[in-house]
Amino acid sequence: MMLDLGVAFGRVFFVMMFVLNLGGLLTWVERKQSAIMQDRIGANRASIFGFRIMGLFHPLADAIKMLTKEDFRPARADRFLFSLAPFVSVFFALVAFASIPFGDTLRIGGREFPLQAVTLNVGILYVFAMLSLGVYGVMMAGWSSGNNYALLGGQRAAALMISAEIAIGASIMGVIMVYGSLNMQDIVRGQGRLLLGWLPAWGIVTQPLAFVLFLTAGIAATKRIPFDMPEGESEIIGYFVEYSGMKFGMFAMADFLETVVIAGMTTALFLGGWQVPWLFADGFHFPWGTTVALPHLAVVVLQVGSFALKVCAMIFVMMLIRWTLPRFRYDQAMRLGWLGLFPLSILNIVLTGAILLLFGGNGS
Amino acid sequence: MRLGQRFYVIEAVQGVLLTAGHFFRNMGAHVARALGSRTARGAVTIQYPEERRPYSPRLRSLHRLVRREDGSPRCVACMMCETVCPARCIYIVATEHPNPEIEKMPERFDIDLGKCVFCGYCVEACPEDAIRMDTGILEFSSYSRRGMIYTKEMLLSLEPVGADGRPTSPVPIPANRTV
Repeated sequence: MMLDLGVAFGRVFFVMMFVLNLGGLLTWVERKQSAIMQDRIGANRASIFGFRIMGLFHPLADAIKMLTKEDFRPARADRFLFSLAPFVSVFFALVAFASIPFGDTLRIGGREFPLQAVTLNVGILYVFAMLSLGVYGVMMAGWSSGNNYALLGGQRAAALMISAEIAIGASIMGVIMVYGSLNMQDIVRGQGRLLLGWLPAWGIVTQPLAFVLFLTAGIAATKRIPFDMPEGESEIIGYFVEYSGMKFGMFAMADFLETVVIAGMTTALFLGGWQVPWLFADGFHFPWGTTVALPHLAVVVLQVGSFALKVCAMIFVMMLIRWTLPRFRYDQAMRLGWLGLFPLSILNIVLTGAILLLFGGNGS
Repeated sequence: MRLGQRFYVIEAVQGVLLTAGHFFRNMGAHVARALGSRTARGAVTIQYPEERRPYSPRLRSLHRLVRREDGSPRCVACMMCETVCPARCIYIVATEHPNPEIEKMPERFDIDLGKCVFCGYCVEACPEDAIRMDTGILEFSSYSRRGMIYTKEMLLSLEPVGADGRPTSPVPIPANRTV
């Protein structure tokens, strides 16, 4: 009983800390990575007792600034919804990660625990649903501010969300067809098989088109550049114009958390999740015949580390895209979503179905 | 548009590869610097208060009044600089010099740096080479207008810039400057 409780708490705690800390750290990553990409140094002046540690105190300083700023509410704003909106945004971004597996089963004292905050048979739909619900916070913020520009920003966000989510949903269909499950853990396990005896059957190998479509739509779902026309911080006015202080900070944080969630989903669906190439439950089996036996705990640590590394790499790629491409115009983003991503993902479903039908069903 | 440009993906990937190239090159330089390399530079940033761009020797910085051997100003209060000053920021009150060979000297010599446009005409106009703009001091901002007025004593105390391009004398702070 105590063990159950402890392990359950540990799993939730791990996911919570992973997502929250990574989300908080992303403000620093964003500043530093963009600076290094642009031959700059980046924010490095915040110091405690003269220690600067590469500007790592800036997220802390940001948080203190946000918390101590005036929390202003416009006179015409809807009192309840205006306060609720940022919490809705952050909440759904936070809980979305719960069903993404970060490791295979952990055996303690003859009992098995899946390394996943919540084990759901419809895990992929759950993540998808939570991600979509996040847009309610955005629309709520736009409407309840009592500001027409905020309302328009909220509408742009809703339109972008719908066109992106449809493409996300349609592009993961191919993955579900190949691995034959809606359970994220089963999908990740399915990616541990080897094609031709040496190539890990990761989603990016079996579903390359879906990977590109999912990544594009996923970046659109995070509402960040190049799909930041709900917000458009430098020119157009977004849904959180009327927000200040930590409520504004929560919207900014929700974007970072969504980045983490999209990176986690991409990892789980296309990059093999916690899989390490050629690592099985009892150790490495290299395709050239070498075998390295590993204890159970070492395998679990390798798997969790591999998952964390892949998520960080995905975040790096998403940041790279965010700091490279210019923003799409509203009509361009709509065109891309409805005339580009959506038909291509339907095509992907048809192609996957045809290939599965021709070369043996259910992903083998 | 070429066909390759119409498919946004190819151009986007090229762009991402370009920025990724910058990232990894700069990151390598940063790591090399952290490991002790003196020459590797991962950024073009000059971190201003600690690092400075080398200034030109012709730089017109904060004025100073040149001293004679005995420490009195070389200025003879001829009013040339006050006359030529386009911003009218120099105020001179002349007085008798104790030495009969020198006709006059300034009793007061104030420069209002809040008005000065750093044109250097005063230096050009001076027949005695008594005013120069070679202190190398650039930071003398103040929160008040009064704090921008530099008196004769302050200007006399300044030294020319050192060989390394750094100011040799401290920035004189006006007594009534509110910080």
